[in-house]
Amino acid sequence: MLNIIQNLYFNVIIIMRGEIMLTVPKDEVVSSIKDMIIETTKTLDKSVVDALVFAYENEENKLAKNILDKIIENQKIAKEEDIPLCQDTGLVVCFVEVGRKLMFDYDLREAINEGVHDGYIDGYLRKSIVKHPFNRINTLDNTPAIIHFDFIPGDKLIIHLAPKGGGSENMSTLKMLSPTDGRDGVIDFVLKTIKEAGGKPCPPLIVGVGIGGNFEHVAYLAKKAIFRPIDDEAIVEEDRLLEKELLEKINKLNVGPMGLGGKTTALAVKVNSAPCHIASLPVAVNLQCHSARKKEVTFIGKEA
Amino acid sequence: MEKKLNTPISDSVRTSLKVGEEVLINGVIYTARDAAHKLMVEAIKNGEDLPFNFEGQIVYYVGPTPARPNKPIGSCGPTSSYRMDNLSPTLMKHGLKIMIGKGERSNKMISEIKKEKAVYLIAIGGIGALLSKTVISSEVIAYPELGPEAIRKLVVKDFPAIVAIDSIGNSIF
Repeated sequence: MLNIIQNLYFNVIIIMRGEIMLTVPKDEVVSSIKDMIIETTKTLDKSVVDALVFAYENEENKLAKNILDKIIENQKIAKEEDIPLCQDTGLVVCFVEVGRKLMFDYDLREAINEGVHDGYIDGYLRKSIVKHPFNRINTLDNTPAIIHFDFIPGDKLIIHLAPKGGGSENMSTLKMLSPTDGRDGVIDFVLKTIKEAGGKPCPPLIVGVGIGGNFEHVAYLAKKAIFRPIDDEAIVEEDRLLEKELLEKINKLNVGPMGLGGKTTALAVKVNSAPCHIASLPVAVNLQCHSARKKEVTFIGKEA
Repeated sequence: MEKKLNTPISDSVRTSLKVGEEVLINGVIYTARDAAHKLMVEAIKNGEDLPFNFEGQIVYYVGPTPARPNKPIGSCGPTSSYRMDNLSPTLMKHGLKIMIGKGERSNKMISEIKKEKAVYLIAIGGIGALLSKTVISSEVIAYPELGPEAIRKLVVKDFPAIVAIDSIGNSIF
């Protein structure tokens, strides 16, 4: 009965708008989330493997080279033998872009969480989420995911997904700098974060830096930065120049793979910026370990 | 060339380990991370029995992924050790002398390790698939309610680790 009413409501909306509304069926979202999770926890993207191989070839420190070699070997074993790359199969983070022509007669957040539930149970993945920070009772299916929604023009639904490890997340930082601290202040803060984190976040890292916005938005910017392709460059010139300078400086810190020295501390630095208040210079550093697992899927809306 | 270490490990073998040395562990290792550490420390405070005798044994900070059918274990790399820094000294006083994890430990922990003539080994983080190949068997022996954080008895063959802090307090970091 409820379904009939829902469908009726849906059709009325379509008629009222005078145009065809489009949707993405729930079961497609659920199964796609599940498949992406199972796939990404055992397969590193080729671009990340290429960056690791490049780092291996350029590394001069013997122990660092040996560690990079093991990391490269690990991803081969994971893929070929169907074993998760890392035992920390993460907390699922999704950035969802919803086309404005789409309409949903179900809860998209719920559908994503159903996919997470199925992926972690069917994929033999570790359930790492607890219900409350104090009671530490496991939710047993790795839900809920952290989901951010945004609107885009058109008829597509794009979901970017990453199972984010706890070790690198724990070493991430945020600081509200003063405007006069400027670019140098940002650089110092990023370098201090990486140095103090040492081997704990599992370097070599992908370093996501957010600058601007406000307190919560700068963390969002830093998280979004680590979702960018490892081999891209920032569109904004200031951000692009900062990425280059930071990568060079970070790799001179001699932190190295697992904190044991060498020039491979970061594989990439990604900077995302936003306008901010005259009184503020927010900066956030979100660290991604070398097991940089992420995937995305694009659905084209269909007639309901 | 890596040094072979067979468990249980005697005091003399343990104290002969030097920082930076690469080892291959053979025999039994016990898993325990945050939640299991907390329960063991509480057990000691309450005068209760510990899940296993620490003497000559190794504790590995890991929460593995579930084993697929016919496999002993899933992915099983180390977790960050610093989170155990406040709890390890109590366990060390009760006989635990060898720990495996990843990353730096606090200065206070380094001096405790020196005081107890203990040894801290590190395994490479994020290579849990590769490390799972060294595990022959795995059995939950305590705190099953902790799920991935339960204490497991692993039997390993040539499990690779590096001496990060030796018994005289030298640190690789």
